[in-house]
Amino acid sequence: MSLAETTTKAPDPGALQSPPAPAERERLTKKAITADHPTWCPACGDFAVLAAFYKVLEKRQLPHENIVTLAGIGCSSRFPYFVNSHGAHFIHGRAVPLASGVSLARPDLHVFLFGGDGDGFSIGGNHLDHGARKNIRLTYTIMDNFVYGLTKKQTSPTSPLGYRSKTDPTGVIDNPVNPIKKLIAAGATFIARTHASQVNHMIQTYERAMDHDGFSVIECLSECVEFFPGAFDAGNPRKGGEFKVIEEKKGDNTPEDNVRHDVTDELAAYRLANLPFPGVFGVFYDVKRPTKNALEKKWITDTRTKAGNASDRELLQRTFDRMK
Amino acid sequence: MTYMTIPSTISGGPSIFQVRIGSGEVLSAGDEADFLVAFYQHSYESHIEFLREGGVLLYDSDQVQPNLEDKRFVNVGVPITGLTIEALGGTAKDKGKNVFVLGLLAKIFNLDTEKLKGLIRERFGGKNESIVNAALTAFQAGYAFPVGNVLSKRYEFEPSPRTSGRAQVTMDGNQALAYGLIAGGVRYGAGYPITPWSSIMEILRSELPKYGGLFVQAEDELAAVSLALGFSYAGFLAVTGSAGPGISLKTEAIGWASMAEMPLVIVNVQRGGPSTGLPTNVEQSDLYQAIFGSHGDSPRVVLAAATVEDCFYIALEATRIARKYSTPVFILSDGSLATRIEAFDEPNLNEVMRDPAPDLTPRAPEFKPYALDRITRHAPPGTRMLDGKYPVVTGLEHDELGHPTAQPKLHAGMTAKRRSKLQNLAEEIPLPPIRGEQEGDVLLVGWGSTYGPIQEAVNRAHEGGVRVSALHLRHLHPLPDGLDGIFKRFKRVVVVEMNDQGLYGYGQLATVLRARYCDPRISSFTKTDGLTFRVKEILQGVLK
Repeated sequence: MSLAETTTKAPDPGALQSPPAPAERERLTKKAITADHPTWCPACGDFAVLAAFYKVLEKRQLPHENIVTLAGIGCSSRFPYFVNSHGAHFIHGRAVPLASGVSLARPDLHVFLFGGDGDGFSIGGNHLDHGARKNIRLTYTIMDNFVYGLTKKQTSPTSPLGYRSKTDPTGVIDNPVNPIKKLIAAGATFIARTHASQVNHMIQTYERAMDHDGFSVIECLSECVEFFPGAFDAGNPRKGGEFKVIEEKKGDNTPEDNVRHDVTDELAAYRLANLPFPGVFGVFYDVKRPTKNALEKKWITDTRTKAGNASDRELLQRTFDRMK
Repeated sequence: MTYMTIPSTISGGPSIFQVRIGSGEVLSAGDEADFLVAFYQHSYESHIEFLREGGVLLYDSDQVQPNLEDKRFVNVGVPITGLTIEALGGTAKDKGKNVFVLGLLAKIFNLDTEKLKGLIRERFGGKNESIVNAALTAFQAGYAFPVGNVLSKRYEFEPSPRTSGRAQVTMDGNQALAYGLIAGGVRYGAGYPITPWSSIMEILRSELPKYGGLFVQAEDELAAVSLALGFSYAGFLAVTGSAGPGISLKTEAIGWASMAEMPLVIVNVQRGGPSTGLPTNVEQSDLYQAIFGSHGDSPRVVLAAATVEDCFYIALEATRIARKYSTPVFILSDGSLATRIEAFDEPNLNEVMRDPAPDLTPRAPEFKPYALDRITRHAPPGTRMLDGKYPVVTGLEHDELGHPTAQPKLHAGMTAKRRSKLQNLAEEIPLPPIRGEQEGDVLLVGWGSTYGPIQEAVNRAHEGGVRVSALHLRHLHPLPDGLDGIFKRFKRVVVVEMNDQGLYGYGQLATVLRARYCDPRISSFTKTDGLTFRVKEILQGVLK
């Protein structure tokens, strides 16, 4: 078998012109951003997360070609197949560094990363810490279902003590990860928590996360109806639970404001994260810190200025001249 | 040409630095020394046997007590420690002995002192001004030493007979590789520190921003390869690299690169292994890992650099193949190439520089990222898809559009597609030239840094009237088509490599060649002492 070489086919002459200005673009409709029908189980919490993401894309009207959805491995990591955008489905646990590469090389793109609790807190836990520490500009949604679903009911890093899985048949004995505490300690600059049953809250949270200039993470409790049904009922008013939203400080000098949460206060965020399950929802932490994207960009600009913005060939020639 | 060894210790310990100078072709660092400088008793004792009869031993008479009865050598004692302290005074103590000796050697070998002083200023500049001055003082003191009183011999060199008309540049293999990648249009990369790869990432970290690019030090090897794949997916052919242990950690992601058909350059500066092994020694024992490491059928390309100069050109070749065939490409170098310094003709940058810009041309309707009958050419994010359908790049088995599928026919078809593009490559690679006669008794086959000693072995065998030829492979996987035709013209084909003979008596390349050609003439000569081949070792091993 011999394969032909692929060259980029010349498109219509009109298409080669620069992309149309936003006003001239066709509106990004739900239809335009919908791809394959999800392979998730009926009633899986992830459907609602996807629906909220479609709504956000429709509302924000980003240039279609600049939306990138990336994921590692797991049920929720199938996300990129269900969004009609540029996307990549990577290996287990390494989606944060993959997304970091895309984000650092291409400031024109909106990098949306999706995954589950196993991908983010277990096999990829180290990358989560370092992505947060480096404050790489991207938005990471972790659909936390407290169980490994794709491999059918093994213990996950967030499975609560006592949960009976196939790998802990008498109940989980290892202390679970507290995602918010882990993210605060790692240095993430935007940390929020939401619930897949609360669509409006998801959309609001999403918009704030994507507008954040830095490493923004949303932990979204998303029920696995197959292997951990009812896991998040305690946070769902329709199931008799309570969806308690964090009240953020308004700076209005009222006595009530004193007890509201300061999203720039790391210790206050940590105390909120320590509340017993189902805890509270909303933005725990939101601070400004220079992104790696901006710091590297500055280094590049300064270095290039220092080198007199010489051409690539001139730069390499200078190096060789020093080696003669 | 130079050769150095450093111990795998945090600071200090015995090390050697070997230089071979000639005005003709310098192929290897040499089998024996004409001139030995011994700073310490242990360096005298360990290396005196390396000195040829009639050679000069220059030793620090404050530190070394040589066997003066040994009349095989010209013994020259200079109180190096004492004279350095005397010249520098102050608190420097004997720091600067090496520069003192450099001055002494500059006199003996009639070297260009102005150039050396310039290099000293470059090396020690930026630090405290007094350090530069101390170094220059030490150099001057060494140069002024009345060496004529103890050594009558002086060395002179003829001007080089080179005819290329191009100036020569001098650098080590890791530098040549890093600059080759830049010339090949690599602007992004990621890595994690490990000997002997680290200096490549240090160079790229400092250099790439000048070219508008970026090199990231990742939290681990898995993140490094993943970041690099992120850069490549974003449209910029990227590099990651390591030594063997780090490559092991990257192999899952390399499987993804093979499946997703993502171009990527992976550098392996081999050391002695397995495990932490011999971090600062040399071995060629990662060939199997490069060809087969990962899971499933995961075709990739493996190239190996033969010399320091070739480190530059192999990097260019890797970038060309990675782009053309949308595939991961390994470059195998090793600890000896990494640190060896050679002079070579300056590359013609007008010819070799490649444009790094991603191809964001809008793609015509019915774009298929994984067309079965064509080589994959991805549309990086940011590319407008004129039919409004956007591609997903994936590690799951997929159809032509990138949708996941486990259809038996598609997995078979896609597996064949990923393999056959490398068969296309095999047809395109030119056969390497044969050194020596085109047919004869023995053909030596080598790869990587054994190039020099093997080629020199051919020359020396001819001087002795033995019909030995040599063939050096730069493309190890796929192999160029037509090697069997060459092998048939020789009575014996001996593969010379620095790895173990394995359970069945054949080194790693020898095993691959025997599997490929089923030719019983192919035999194997290997060694595993962690040191580069000497010419006489090859001749003795092959002609025994």
